[in-house]
Amino acid sequence: MSETMNTDEAGVLAPARGAFDQDWRKLVNWGLICALALIFVSLTDMPDKLDKRVIVEPLLSMGYLSLIWIPVALGNFVTREVVLEGMTQHKKGLRELVAGVSVGAIGGAGLALLIWLLDTRDLSDPLVNWNDALLEVLSFGEGVGYGAIFWILASAGLGLAGGAFHLLSAIANRLLLAIALTIVLTASLESALDDISEGFQLEWLFEALFEKKGGLSVQGAIILAVFAIAWVLVLGGQAKRGRAAVTARRELSPTKVNTVGLVLIAVAAVVLPMFLGRLTNDLFTNVGLFLLLALGLNIVVGLAGILDLGYVAFFAVGGYTAAIMTSPSSPGLSPELPWWVAIFVVVFMAIVAGLFIGAPVIRMRGDYLAIVTLGFGEIIRLTVRSDWASGFTGGAQGILSIPGADIVGVATVKGTDPQQVLYLVIGFVAIAIYVSWRLENSRIGRAWMAVREDESVAEAMGINTVNSKLQAFVVGAILASFSGAIFAAKVGSVFESSFKILVSIVILVIVIVGGMGRIAGVAAGALVLVGILGGPNQPGLLAEFSEFKLLIYGALLIWMMLKRPEGLIPNVRRSRELHQDEFLQDAWLKAQANDDDDEAASGEVAPA
Amino acid sequence: MSERLLDIQNLSVTFGGLNALSDLDFHVDAGEIVSVIGPNGAGKTTFFNMISGMVTPTSGDIVFKGESLLGLDPNQVTARGIARTFQNVRLFANMTILENVMVSQHCRTKQGIMGALFQTGGFKREEQEIREHGEKVLGFFGSRLVGFRLNQPASVLSYANRRRLEIARAMATKPEVILLDEPVAGMNPKESEELTGLIGKLRDEWGFTIVMIEHDMGVVRDVSDRVVVLDHGETIAQGSYDEVSSDPAVIEAYLGRPAEEAS
Ligand SMILES: Nc1ncnc2c1ncn2[C@@H]1O[C@H](COP(=O)(O)OP(=O)(O)O)[C@@H](O)[C@H]1O
Ligand SMILES: [Mg+2]
Repeated sequence: MSETMNTDEAGVLAPARGAFDQDWRKLVNWGLICALALIFVSLTDMPDKLDKRVIVEPLLSMGYLSLIWIPVALGNFVTREVVLEGMTQHKKGLRELVAGVSVGAIGGAGLALLIWLLDTRDLSDPLVNWNDALLEVLSFGEGVGYGAIFWILASAGLGLAGGAFHLLSAIANRLLLAIALTIVLTASLESALDDISEGFQLEWLFEALFEKKGGLSVQGAIILAVFAIAWVLVLGGQAKRGRAAVTARRELSPTKVNTVGLVLIAVAAVVLPMFLGRLTNDLFTNVGLFLLLALGLNIVVGLAGILDLGYVAFFAVGGYTAAIMTSPSSPGLSPELPWWVAIFVVVFMAIVAGLFIGAPVIRMRGDYLAIVTLGFGEIIRLTVRSDWASGFTGGAQGILSIPGADIVGVATVKGTDPQQVLYLVIGFVAIAIYVSWRLENSRIGRAWMAVREDESVAEAMGINTVNSKLQAFVVGAILASFSGAIFAAKVGSVFESSFKILVSIVILVIVIVGGMGRIAGVAAGALVLVGILGGPNQPGLLAEFSEFKLLIYGALLIWMMLKRPEGLIPNVRRSRELHQDEFLQDAWLKAQANDDDDEAASGEVAPA
Repeated sequence: MSERLLDIQNLSVTFGGLNALSDLDFHVDAGEIVSVIGPNGAGKTTFFNMISGMVTPTSGDIVFKGESLLGLDPNQVTARGIARTFQNVRLFANMTILENVMVSQHCRTKQGIMGALFQTGGFKREEQEIREHGEKVLGFFGSRLVGFRLNQPASVLSYANRRRLEIARAMATKPEVILLDEPVAGMNPKESEELTGLIGKLRDEWGFTIVMIEHDMGVVRDVSDRVVVLDHGETIAQGSYDEVSSDPAVIEAYLGRPAEEAS
């Protein structure tokens, strides 16, 4: 049996420790954490609410998945050995299995306790999900005893599996992970795949994988597993090599773009919407609207380092300006301009709003700025709703019957036609990407980064930081206002309730999860969060999850901050590892034998 | 003989009750290398902070080329032609080495958002110039900061190289005066000897006037035309290195008062 980590050091491993030579205290702690996690998830009602969302037809639903990953993950985590230089590494064996079982069993016992309490007590007063439906799901309708014993055994087994991963080879681990991810992801994408398969005439494939009433069939799951194995064994290596080559190239010339990739994406953006159905087009439109917002915020937060928590204000400015300018039923001013003319007014208003909000707050730093922008975000919304402004904005009634987007003689985009709206969104996202890319590699963008890195030093290096930050603020405002204007044309109405603070937070989460400062990362963040989980008011693919969206956003954010602060697809320069570079430096210095030898001596990192 | 480039007139600052600097009065002529020395906490860095506009003096004036610098923002001071380095190296750590020296040319360049978006001829030309000037100042330190280094983040540099990059970043602002705050601190003897030579070159080959805070007396002796000694914010001596180093007040400040005189 080989090791999951450090296969190359297998020779120097110390022998496996005894099966019961355990740190029991730690196991009990993690077992209790496992129990609490299981009980918490149960009481959020995920197992019940998500039970209808089937992953593999008779076997597994999203509801049960929300529980069973916990013992596996904790069983695996508790048996993980910290790999540090100079520390003895032990062979893995029975000891890992015993630890995994213990943690899982304690967790299962916690859940069993919950089942028993659900049956005997009524705590439905503070705990709204304390009901028979939950009991029913947890005990499979077979009674308390059955449920309790089932969960203790199942959880112990899952913990065992978690521990057992350490005994498998690296490749086996990868295969299992790939299989699990492929199946869960495919099942999550079910409705989109249904929609897409029609456009591409691949209904036969869809029917081979999925059951009629929803969820993968067993046969479909097996097909996917085979596919995943093939992918890892055959393509996995190649993909990795390709990625390494791309990264290496980027190291040498970070500003060069991958032309082939860009052309492929452009072609896909033009062709794909034709094949997508209503549902998927609409989904991508939502993703695009938020991507547009996130790209704008990425300039403000990711590049210039201004933590703006009231970014939704500019989305609202765009939406309301477009609505007032184009809608015949706008209460006050109603010029009924065509949409493409209104866009110029929208940009103008965004600049005004950016300067209006920016000028007073931009001199503040860090936390202060965040709090003040948070306030301004709400102020704009409350102003829109106020009696004072309702003559123009319609107050709580909003503005209705906004016509679609009229594009100067080329086309009229009807809000009801998701395909047309998607093209409009793609057009503006392309503009936003171009703007971000060009600005990042310019004098202005470099000044933004310097301000982000160290404001006082940027100032001392000749950068007018106030102007620089205002510029970032205004560029961000314009991009957000585009999104607002498209949003108004798409939905056909605007209400102040569409511009709540939650929108700001979701955009910020997209930027953070995606990887601040990186365009591809932001796009990935928007796809995952808005596409799969859903936006603040927009359903995602997992419509059943909408109730738990905030919980998952929060958990994701915490996890990202702890484990991957650089985001999903990080900025290369942010994530580069220091050691590797020092190594490179040494190699390079050796090559430069005639140059100074003092360099190698001072190769250590600065104190503090 | 030469023009009075930087004229410090009775400069004082107090923080709360602390007189961090009182009545500092001296001037720097074009093409000089002047060292400011003194024990820790003497007010040397505070002096630099006042010149660069980061700290406002309580009284006195700073006159550069006949115009007062008081009331200017730090970026305006830099634009007038005074650049600085920091005692506790403060690079833009997540920006590349090249970007560090490109961004500090901000006040010498002018292309805006529209130039970048439409990639105008003027924009491209200016980018090219920024890059070339950046590589030129990096080249001042031999091959250490160029080549594959250009596109690496500043955070990967060794300590000595960080100090060098700070100097390069100040050079890139195209200043007339460079304020160096302890440029060789933390370097080994060989490195500091080399940098001492380079500081001379900064004046002789690049034409910069230099004001330098330094603790290493060897370095001070080798490059300074004049030395100003501060202690507890007071100017206790001014003059050539030899004059200053034999001044009893300076020896006392550095070595402490002889035991019999202590109160
Ligand atoms: N911004 C500030 N606020 C309060 N006290 C300060 C400030 N800056 C410096 N000081 C104090 O002024 C004195 C001189 O500091 P400094 O100029 O850094 O000395 P050094 O000569 O070692 O560079 C010290 O006592 C320091 O604590
Ligand atoms: Mg100092």
